[in-house]
Amino acid sequence: MGKIKVKKQNTFIDMTAMSDVTVLLLTFFMMTSTFLAKEPIQVTTPSSVSEFTIPETNKLTMLVDPSGKIFMTIDNQRNMGETLKRVGQDYGISFTDIEVDKFKQLAAFGVPIADMKAFLALSMEEQDKYLKENMGTDRAGIPTKGKEILNETTGETTVDNEFKHWIRHAAAVNEELNLGDLLLAIKADQTTPYPVIQTVLDNLRELRKNRYLLITSLKTASNQ
Amino acid sequence: MAEVQAKDSGGGGKNKQKKQTLRVDFTPMVDMNMLLITFFMMATTLLKPQTMDLNMPSKDKPQDGQENKVQDTDAVTLLLGADNQLFFYEGMLKTENYEDLEFLKSSEYGADGIRQLLLNRNREAYSQIQDLKEQLKNLDITQEEFNEKSVSIQKELMKAHKVPTIMIKATEQSTYKNLVDALDEMLITNIGAYAIVDITDGDRYLLFKKTDNAEYLTEAQRAEAAGV
Repeated sequence: MGKIKVKKQNTFIDMTAMSDVTVLLLTFFMMTSTFLAKEPIQVTTPSSVSEFTIPETNKLTMLVDPSGKIFMTIDNQRNMGETLKRVGQDYGISFTDIEVDKFKQLAAFGVPIADMKAFLALSMEEQDKYLKENMGTDRAGIPTKGKEILNETTGETTVDNEFKHWIRHAAAVNEELNLGDLLLAIKADQTTPYPVIQTVLDNLRELRKNRYLLITSLKTASNQ
Repeated sequence: MAEVQAKDSGGGGKNKQKKQTLRVDFTPMVDMNMLLITFFMMATTLLKPQTMDLNMPSKDKPQDGQENKVQDTDAVTLLLGADNQLFFYEGMLKTENYEDLEFLKSSEYGADGIRQLLLNRNREAYSQIQDLKEQLKNLDITQEEFNEKSVSIQKELMKAHKVPTIMIKATEQSTYKNLVDALDEMLITNIGAYAIVDITDGDRYLLFKKTDNAEYLTEAQRAEAAGV
């Protein structure tokens, strides 16, 4: 009986090429992607056939949830800090530099200005917890209620609320920083009742802001 | 590829040269890269969200003589009702229409519903702008030219009363989705003149008549209806 000679074969696979490919892919993903911003409320936007993509900078996004809670994001951090200081000033609250810095780190903000100081003192986890716990109350979301002001000349009443202060100051700061017009984007849940949207639009119109971007998701051809 | 032929520099010359293969194993490197790629794919958005441009009329009271009057025949009013219902009427609401159940017609969102009517009313502007869109697609004209031309087409046809003016009135029972859907129809049918307008008491009454749903009415109207 002859011994069968087993040929010893090297099964070493060269991974260098594979590594090259993965590094390339990785570079691509790192370059092209923008991170998902963490938002305090989950919003499902309605779909439309509109194909305009949203500009990346210079915008203020209003997040509106079905119960009428409003959160805001401003994509320029310099603007954020300055806006906070001014809104605080309107309500007689001054913020320290540390608080302003902490405010700038927020992805989205939405607490009444009276609670802002206490909110900023919390750690990130505690802030999340705070928002979760207070979602059903008036202590989360930017208030759209306020005292009514009668305009003597026209006889019309307008409401003075924190929402308007935020928008007005954010737009003014943007102009002073020479960033141009601040775009107002509305990102509302598709189940939001119309009166909620109407409140937002009415407030904006009273500030003479008449142009908005409604954030939608693209409708695919199949469900058109 | 990742092999380096290492030669023993050897000093003595007589020493037997030891041939060594330095082979670097890239498998862990690939593993790590794959993990990173997965992370980036999951945590990021490649698609930027779409937006819809919305211009609202100014709240300032227009000065005398500057008001935009809509011609009776051009007007189409869309009423967004509860439970994704859609109603519309053509022309202006007059007192004699209140008791006419046929004046307010019901329709639905989408291709089979209101779009047919809108396309029909807007067919001239639609075909012209569709031509322009085709040219834009073939790069025959630039985006600026497209904007300019489409505005002038709309203006001209508006003067000739060949395009409708759509008024979108949303009830308290409708949702944001309904509003966006209605605006979407305007985009699809290339309608240039449309506005979101506050609902009037007359519209509420029509809706109540049509659907028998008292929720559409205001408090005062409900009290009146109960009194009668």
